[in-house]
Amino acid sequence: MSVPVQASEALDCAIEVEDLAIRYHGKLALSRVTLQVPSHEIFGIIGPANSGKTSFLRAINRMDLMTAGMEVSGSVRVEGRDVRSWRNPYALRQRIGVVFPLPVGLPLSIYDNVALSSRLRGMRKKADLDLIVERCLRRAALWDEVKDRLDSLGSLLSGGQQQRLTIARALSQDPSILLLDEFSIAVDPVTTMRIEEVLAELKSEMTIVLVTNLVQQARRLASQTAFFLTGELVEVTETEAMFEGGAQDPRTTAYVEGKFG
Amino acid sequence: MPETAHAADRRDAAWWVDRAVQILVLAGGLSAIVFIAGIFVFITREGAGFVFDRFDFREFFGSPRWTPTSSHNPTYGALALIAGTASVTGLAMVVSVPFSLGAAIYIGEFATGRVRETLKVLVELLAAIPSVVWGFIGLSIMNPLIIQVFDVPVGLNVLNAGVILGLMAAPIMTTIAEDALKAVPDTYREAAEAMGATRWQVTFKVVLPAARNGLVAATLLGVGRGFGETMAVLMASGHSINLPTSPFDSVRALTATIAAELGETAAGSDHYGALFTLGIFLFLVTFAINFAADVFVRGGQRKHRRRGRRPAASANP
Repeated sequence: MSVPVQASEALDCAIEVEDLAIRYHGKLALSRVTLQVPSHEIFGIIGPANSGKTSFLRAINRMDLMTAGMEVSGSVRVEGRDVRSWRNPYALRQRIGVVFPLPVGLPLSIYDNVALSSRLRGMRKKADLDLIVERCLRRAALWDEVKDRLDSLGSLLSGGQQQRLTIARALSQDPSILLLDEFSIAVDPVTTMRIEEVLAELKSEMTIVLVTNLVQQARRLASQTAFFLTGELVEVTETEAMFEGGAQDPRTTAYVEGKFG
Repeated sequence: MPETAHAADRRDAAWWVDRAVQILVLAGGLSAIVFIAGIFVFITREGAGFVFDRFDFREFFGSPRWTPTSSHNPTYGALALIAGTASVTGLAMVVSVPFSLGAAIYIGEFATGRVRETLKVLVELLAAIPSVVWGFIGLSIMNPLIIQVFDVPVGLNVLNAGVILGLMAAPIMTTIAEDALKAVPDTYREAAEAMGATRWQVTFKVVLPAARNGLVAATLLGVGRGFGETMAVLMASGHSINLPTSPFDSVRALTATIAAELGETAAGSDHYGALFTLGIFLFLVTFAINFAADVFVRGGQRKHRRRGRRPAASANP
């Protein structure tokens, strides 16, 4: 059964957030966020710890449903439709790939990790699955390292490999939106650069929201960047302008210049 | 040149307390081993006379005739007793595995908040019901129920004892299985849910495979419990020597035989030795089962530890 997607007129916005506020057990974690994420671009989110970046991502794919005490108010529209109007939130999550800060190789084989999403959706044919697994591992720049041991446990790969496995798994969902939450925290610099190259290629096919604690990473990848500070959105600016002294708020300039945070 | 003692270098109260506690816990740990070894030595010594003089391997494991009190030709065939224990334990597992796994999955993966806490307490309470009470339920409730429902002459049989034993083993198996589920890191669940997996898909595709070793261990411990249970089985099984061919046959268990007969035998007699030989056999089987469970649990722990180490080690480059 297909859920009709009400295509909004302005389809160049993949995510539209209006007056979003998030509370945990009544305590405000993020408030008054209004922003638009344009399609097929990398949208950066920077800010120090506890600024609400991760909470923001969790509201997009409706993780509030499985987090005790998390309340979301305001509206989050994905591809023109409010995420809370989905009757089947699992179907919404399938359209949104998520990469967590610490790599989570599920305790399954490398093959099964990448095939899991397709299998959950009922795909059984080995040939089809083979194709998806190879394509996604190639796009995540992991195929050459693991093609001879697809049967070994994904959870035994190194941190950097596991993070690329996680990205391959997210890609296997064929998502229209990819959310990355500080993906490079547990990854060495060389792997980080490889993943960044992958992301730069992927943006032609999907919208990417990149939460990062490395301001230079946002500068390298994002076309627009949002700065979050202690639960509030300070501003959204073209990335280059933000780093060239064109930020609207002095706190942003201070943060990107490394004066605090 | 003699070293002069540093002023701070003296054995103070904390040092002596630490030393005393170390010796105490060592003694505690050793005593557990000594007691187990002592029990084994005692049982073996009491059974040894019989094992060396009278024991006939083919009779013991091949004959269902257990007639130790016969005056002219006592026989010691334990096959019927082994079959009794095995059939009751087998049926008990058929009853308890689905119940306990289902309960553990519900408590561990689906229930939340107060429901979950209440259920956990209730399950632990169930585990504390004395076995004689279960036996009493078998005698006074299950017995007439089975006679009525299945229209059989006797309600004390494999079915009765198996169900009673299954219900009895289920709470402890639930607790252990739930521990195994709890040991699966939440990050796995979150990762799978973020992919759009439903609760059931997360449980079935990710959590259960990850907890497999612990779940097998829970089942094995349940088997061990069933094997060693005496009073409930004695009361509910009918206690008659039989090679069961249907669940409605009365049987007699190894443990129940020892409990019922040991008080009637002369110490040192063949009968006495034969009962201890049953004890040696029981001891070895339960030891093997517990050992197997332990191996499975360790296998599970090792996997988790390795999983846990990876991200932590790479987090500080």
